[in-house]
Amino acid sequence: MIDISNLTFSYPGQPPLFEHFSLSIDRGDLWSIIGPSGCGKSTFLYFLTRLIKPDGGSIMIDGEISRRPRPQTGLVLQDLGLLPWSTVEKNVGLGLKIRKFYGPDGLHAPSGSKLDQQAGQQIVDDWLHRLGIADLKDKYPSQMSRGQRQRTALARTLALSPDLLLLDEPFSALDDPTRKDLQDLIIELNRERDLTCLTVTHNIEEAVFMGRQILILSRSTNRIPEVVVNPSATDFNHEYFQAMCDGIRTKLEHPA
Amino acid sequence: MKKSLSISTALSGGVMILLFWQGLSWLIDSPVMPSPIEVIPIFIRLIYGDLGLHFMASAGRVLASVTLAVLTAVPAGLALGQMPKLNRVFDPLIAIVYPIPKIVFLPVIYILLGITDISKIFLITVIVFFQILVVVRDEAANLHPELILSVRSIGAGRRALFRFVYIPASLPAVLTALRISIGTAVAVLFIAEQSLTTWGLGYYIIVETYQVLLYPEMYAGILGMSLLGLILYFLIDTLDRTVNRHLHLEK
Repeated sequence: MIDISNLTFSYPGQPPLFEHFSLSIDRGDLWSIIGPSGCGKSTFLYFLTRLIKPDGGSIMIDGEISRRPRPQTGLVLQDLGLLPWSTVEKNVGLGLKIRKFYGPDGLHAPSGSKLDQQAGQQIVDDWLHRLGIADLKDKYPSQMSRGQRQRTALARTLALSPDLLLLDEPFSALDDPTRKDLQDLIIELNRERDLTCLTVTHNIEEAVFMGRQILILSRSTNRIPEVVVNPSATDFNHEYFQAMCDGIRTKLEHPA
Repeated sequence: MKKSLSISTALSGGVMILLFWQGLSWLIDSPVMPSPIEVIPIFIRLIYGDLGLHFMASAGRVLASVTLAVLTAVPAGLALGQMPKLNRVFDPLIAIVYPIPKIVFLPVIYILLGITDISKIFLITVIVFFQILVVVRDEAANLHPELILSVRSIGAGRRALFRFVYIPASLPAVLTALRISIGTAVAVLFIAEQSLTTWGLGYYIIVETYQVLLYPEMYAGILGMSLLGLILYFLIDTLDRTVNRHLHLEK
């Protein structure tokens, strides 16, 4: 699904974050990306959405070289992504509205994705229910808790039925039950519709729970990807779960 | 300034002004201070005639100016707010021009643009332009980069960002600026209309009534100009409360 080859990137005046970095990600995979702050893990997600252009190398997504933001890729940021002047329902419908604004041109919206008003409303309603925020649909973001806002942001992205979901520290500011709930939902979606899912996190347990493959990035230049295959993903009670967490912790504390 | 004017406040305020006015006319007891009982029927009679036309001329000038100012200041403010480099270039100029009372340039504008309506409209446009420019710029500079990134991530290009983020984000600022500048706009209009036109409430109040001692008619004109300001303020206020519901939430 994703083929990254020879990726090179540095922020101006700093040593390169990535140099000739290559990685393949299969459809339906569940990945987590972990590393200390400043290691480029969020930047890495932005490459995939093309919100930041790498200095060199190429990224192929679904057989196409990425040159512009791809409408089937969904990105959820930590917070602050909701329109403060719109209700929850309007926020969740925003992506669909933007697609309608451009029409199915293949650039901003997938070609052939024509949706009438009613079908669009149905999609919004479904996601409002699935995320458990249907009762809040007339509230504004300032009237909600962090967790409810994050549910809204997720619903907004999912309403566009992405085939690739990128999550940038999505649950870091949430209370435990909400985090658990949303993690489970992502895993359900991964199983249910073969959704490829990459989660950036600095939380080791979250990385182990959310990644069948765990990519560890370091603050020095990343060249050869360090990937840990993780059989205990999606199962806190797995016999190796704790061992896996300890292993990742050791790797983070003593980078190769 | 942010407090909205409710119908009941406006009504009781209006009644108080009428009572005060009536009291003053009893106290002064002279033709220079006719009572509202005398003026209001004259106003009602005249508003269907020439006074109505003067009112329309003034309203047209203000509305044209405000429209022009919004259409030019909003894009300029957004551009400055989102492009720090551009803002650094223009900031000193704006900082200097903003506090200058632009009405003193009226003769210059007449010389350059001629003694047509365009000059009067231009002057008011410039005044309102700077008020809107500054608040929209500051509002646009304060937009969270995360908000823009995340809306781009769900497919928005430049046009959609304008339509779904920049325009709605700057609306409250535009309305606040209008609320503050509408009073100034009407005041400047009053002065600008006193010369080089034969239509408009400023002309009516000063030339057609005050200078020929038609005091009741003059008061009808003043009433008209006050209503013009009040109606415009009400329009902006109503617009503010309908489009900015998220800022007027009950806690």
